[in-house]
Amino acid sequence: MRALLGWLLAAGLLLAASAASAHPHVWITATSELLYAEDGSITGVRHAWTFDDMFSAYAVQGLEAKKKGAYTREELGPLAQTNVESLKEYAYFTFAKADGKKERFGEPVDYFLDYKDSVLTLHFTLPLKTPLKPKQLMLEVFDRSFFIDFQMAKDNPVKLVGAPPGCQMKLDRPSDGTASAQKLNEQTFMDGPNANFGMMFANKITVDCP
Amino acid sequence: MKPHLSPLARGLIACAALLLVVGVADAALHHALAQNPFGAPKQAPASEASGLIGWLLAKQSEFYRQMSSTIRAAKSDGSAVWTLLFISFAYGIFHAAGPGHGKAVIASYLVANRETAQRGIALSFASALMQSLVAILIVGISAWILNATAKTMCKAEGAIEIASYALIALFGLRLTWTKGRTFIRALQATQPVPAMAGVPHDHHDHGHDHHHDAHDHHDHHHHDHAHAHHHGHDHVHDEHCGHSHGPAPTELAGPGGWKRGFAAILTVGIRPCSGAILVLVFSLAQGLFWAGIAATFLMGLGTAITVATIAVVAVSAKDIAGRLSGARDGGGALFMRGVEFGAAALVLLFGAGLLFGYIAAERTTCF
Repeated sequence: MRALLGWLLAAGLLLAASAASAHPHVWITATSELLYAEDGSITGVRHAWTFDDMFSAYAVQGLEAKKKGAYTREELGPLAQTNVESLKEYAYFTFAKADGKKERFGEPVDYFLDYKDSVLTLHFTLPLKTPLKPKQLMLEVFDRSFFIDFQMAKDNPVKLVGAPPGCQMKLDRPSDGTASAQKLNEQTFMDGPNANFGMMFANKITVDCP
Repeated sequence: MKPHLSPLARGLIACAALLLVVGVADAALHHALAQNPFGAPKQAPASEASGLIGWLLAKQSEFYRQMSSTIRAAKSDGSAVWTLLFISFAYGIFHAAGPGHGKAVIASYLVANRETAQRGIALSFASALMQSLVAILIVGISAWILNATAKTMCKAEGAIEIASYALIALFGLRLTWTKGRTFIRALQATQPVPAMAGVPHDHHDHGHDHHHDAHDHHDHHHHDHAHAHHHGHDHVHDEHCGHSHGPAPTELAGPGGWKRGFAAILTVGIRPCSGAILVLVFSLAQGLFWAGIAATFLMGLGTAITVATIAVVAVSAKDIAGRLSGARDGGGALFMRGVEFGAAALVLLFGAGLLFGYIAAERTTCF
């Protein structure tokens, strides 16, 4: 009995140790637009994700460009294609809830990459499988395994495009950069068993409509 | 009450205890490295651990993020290279302190194979060096010489990743096989009871214990042998018992010792760190490939120091456990074989977990 308990403890410890994942290797500065139809229903999200310089350099490695160090949208076309295809596996790091119910996105459309100041920005639109008209929409953008660190842009991080009047948007940012540990300790962990590590790095956009 | 299974049960308890010790030591090391300046709430230990991991991650990110700007700076200002080297070194130390690096394999291997702390340090450094070399070779050949795209490089990385996980699993399988056999032999040696199964004897355990006691009085020195004389069956087993009390010196450092260690180095070292690959490609793009190479080696050095520390802790924990259990009775040998078997099984589990995606490791940057 005691032996069993010991083994269980040991196994638990091992799992706990291996469950924690790596630190981020990619940083994304994101701006997001919530797209509304004429009738006031939400049709999808348009993201613009700017990668950090290190990852940008990695991503354009070996790509042909007419002018050295300047890549056109066309030259980056195949890479953009690869990007959105690979993102599917991670559900585009975008998670929507309409009035508390999970909603799904379809394949991304209108995607392209641009290269400016030696960083890449990926633009794409995620259409909702079915347009919605919820009282409250919650959108989270984050990487559960925290391989990618998502941060919403400082200026105009979220735009509501064509939203009905009276809709209120709120953005909850995760801790940013070096202050993260401080915030994690002082706030998040005070709240008790807050186990989902990646969740703490989620950017939460909430839109309440009358 | 003294059930006849007691050596096995003791072994299991002790195994679990050792795992706990290694686990706690690991956590303690995290704690020591991560002198948290923010004052985590003391009353919530579980949360604190997550906080420390969070802090570790934040620290790594900080160093890692400074690398790109430092490499840029080094283009115009040569002295920035020193900063780059320092940052890389610090990053390596912190990076390996994070959970689930090759150190788990190294530590388990050392425990399973009765290796010395000295060899643990050597293995840690050799595997870290190999890890650096693999990263440099991948980027050097594919990006620098062949000018391959990130997509191609990523595929290569992915293939190496699968190969490395398979290697860990295979390595673990081999270890488990050899250690499992030794363990079972040790079990048979210390457990005469199954051999007696055919003898009709209602109070067998009692009788057995009495024999023990009697012999303890008569003959301290040849306890095992004397005991065996009473149970004719045990003669054969006893010889095994003598063997498994400790490793023969030739087993430890004989010829082929380094060949054996090479498997561990290869298993851990074949998989490059994605961080190193990114830094190398970035420095190549900046026209400072050599700075990236130097940074990669320094990262490896930092990693080696952390992994070596953990390896020494693991080996010492096992030695202490061995001394404690050995001081008691013949069950100690069984216990140590059990520990070795457990450590071998851990390597196997770890490899299989990585291979089949149950354990998330660093993702390759494929998108």
